[in-house]
Amino acid sequence: MEYEVVVGLETHAELATVTKLFCGCSTKFGIEPNTQVCPVCLGMPGVLPVMNKKAFDYALKAAIALNCKIDEFTNFDRKSYYYPDLPKNYQISQNYYNLGADGYMDIHVNGLVSRIRIHNVHLEEEAGKLIHPEEVGADYSLVDFNRAGVPLLEIVSYPDMRNVDEVESYMQTLKKILLYTEVSDCKMQEGSLRFEASISLRKKGSEKLGNRVEIKNLNSMKSVLRALEYETKRQTDSLGRGETIDRETRLWDEVNEKSARMRSKEEAQDYRYFPEPDLLPVLVDRKWIAEIKETIPELPLAKKQRFMEVFKLSDYDTSLLVEEKVLADLFEDCIKILDRPKVFCNWIANDLLREVNEKKLDIHQLPVRPKQLAALVEMIEKGTISSTIAKEVFSEMILTGNDPQVIVEEKKLTQINDEGFIGAVIAKIISSNPSAIEDYKKGKKNALVFLVGQVMKETKGKANPKMVNELLQKKID
Amino acid sequence: MKIKKKDIEYVANLSRIELSEIEKETFVHQLNDILSYIEKLNRLNTETVKPMSCAIDVTNIFREDIVEPSISLEDTQLNAPAIKGVFFKVPKVIE
Ligand SMILES: [Zn+2]
Repeated sequence: MEYEVVVGLETHAELATVTKLFCGCSTKFGIEPNTQVCPVCLGMPGVLPVMNKKAFDYALKAAIALNCKIDEFTNFDRKSYYYPDLPKNYQISQNYYNLGADGYMDIHVNGLVSRIRIHNVHLEEEAGKLIHPEEVGADYSLVDFNRAGVPLLEIVSYPDMRNVDEVESYMQTLKKILLYTEVSDCKMQEGSLRFEASISLRKKGSEKLGNRVEIKNLNSMKSVLRALEYETKRQTDSLGRGETIDRETRLWDEVNEKSARMRSKEEAQDYRYFPEPDLLPVLVDRKWIAEIKETIPELPLAKKQRFMEVFKLSDYDTSLLVEEKVLADLFEDCIKILDRPKVFCNWIANDLLREVNEKKLDIHQLPVRPKQLAALVEMIEKGTISSTIAKEVFSEMILTGNDPQVIVEEKKLTQINDEGFIGAVIAKIISSNPSAIEDYKKGKKNALVFLVGQVMKETKGKANPKMVNELLQKKID
Repeated sequence: MKIKKKDIEYVANLSRIELSEIEKETFVHQLNDILSYIEKLNRLNTETVKPMSCAIDVTNIFREDIVEPSISLEDTQLNAPAIKGVFFKVPKVIE
């Protein structure tokens, strides 16, 4: 029997505000536990929440960027459950109204565009953090409420994904949109971006969805994909043995790469949602929506398509360029100075990214300015430096932010175009490599490459390679 | 709607409250009394009335995203039944 995999994702993203959703406590990460708390986020009796305007704006921005319909009226609800990381014993979330609904996001998979529908986008508060002591046999857990009350955006997709490639592209695209719109820093290692997957299998060609299994505790995009592969196999095997799939929640075990049924979820959840009486409703008018729309930049997929069309760049190159907004911006700023799309694309997609990876640089803190990169390209074109030397100059520019002209001058890297000088070096190399000359005369063309290399080495890469080639050939032919 | 003993047991469990048999009986009566009193509202025709979650006619109240001082760790832990260092201490959470 052939089965079709059906996957939907729930995404949680902490919004990039400096204060919590309902109080003025800081949201800074990595601070001493329980020092960024107050009566409001600790859930003391009698306190009143007041909504953070920026958090609401960010949520609205994300909902609009995900093509959601925005209702004029929105409200918040209490979701009641008991867990030690939830100080009020209820979470302020949205249930009867969502900030945004019925949106979609287009994703690229193997050169094709698929549209994944978004069920809803809503705003809620984070829970605190539970710490499980490492000591064996400890009969307690510890709670840090610094995170409690941090604004959290939840994005719920429809079960529109059919394979792991689509899931991966969905996660990457969504992350890029949240980064481009600057509503979240999306640091998965700090938990600001988290995914939960639900998966079911159905007979190929069937319309009816199977029982869905939710998977939690997915700490990285890689674990999402691993867990889905595991779960696909587990369900396929079960169905193959004639068993049925239970609707359940499973926890992914990253170390052992398998999932296990979550015990506490065996009793059905009853959140008893009701409208939050401590918050006032929010009316979102057209003017507000238009203002938020103004702040949404061109999104990655649109940018990629424009780069491919206007600048005739490849699918692969453009996907590297739009990976980070700063790179795409750098690229466009360079082109405004000097119209060489392919050249700048290579510098950014190849050299810059290589340097960033090798030297572990922060892509958002690079000191190199568009004007400098354009100047470097001009110096190559004018023959002031060779392209080999240019790479050396570039790796210094990216560290120091110095102008290429200054680096070239300081390190005396200007290209040697003096025929007499190059000729003398060539003579020296010829006389010290008689066997290579002989090889060349016997027809071994590779010997010429070797000799050019020797001349370049002797001049520390500064000789004009084209000139070396011509002069050398003239001399030994 | 008639509240039965099993409804009382269900909500008590959700609220993590332990009730004696006598208490359960008491609450069955009390909750039924409350509900039948509220049921008087059903006599009104509410067909054209929109659901309301807020008694005052005010919307869009916000605060700016500006950090305000938090409280001291000492004050934070003042009412806590159990602490360990800078943390609140709770019974072991499984999973
Ligand atoms: Zn607070």
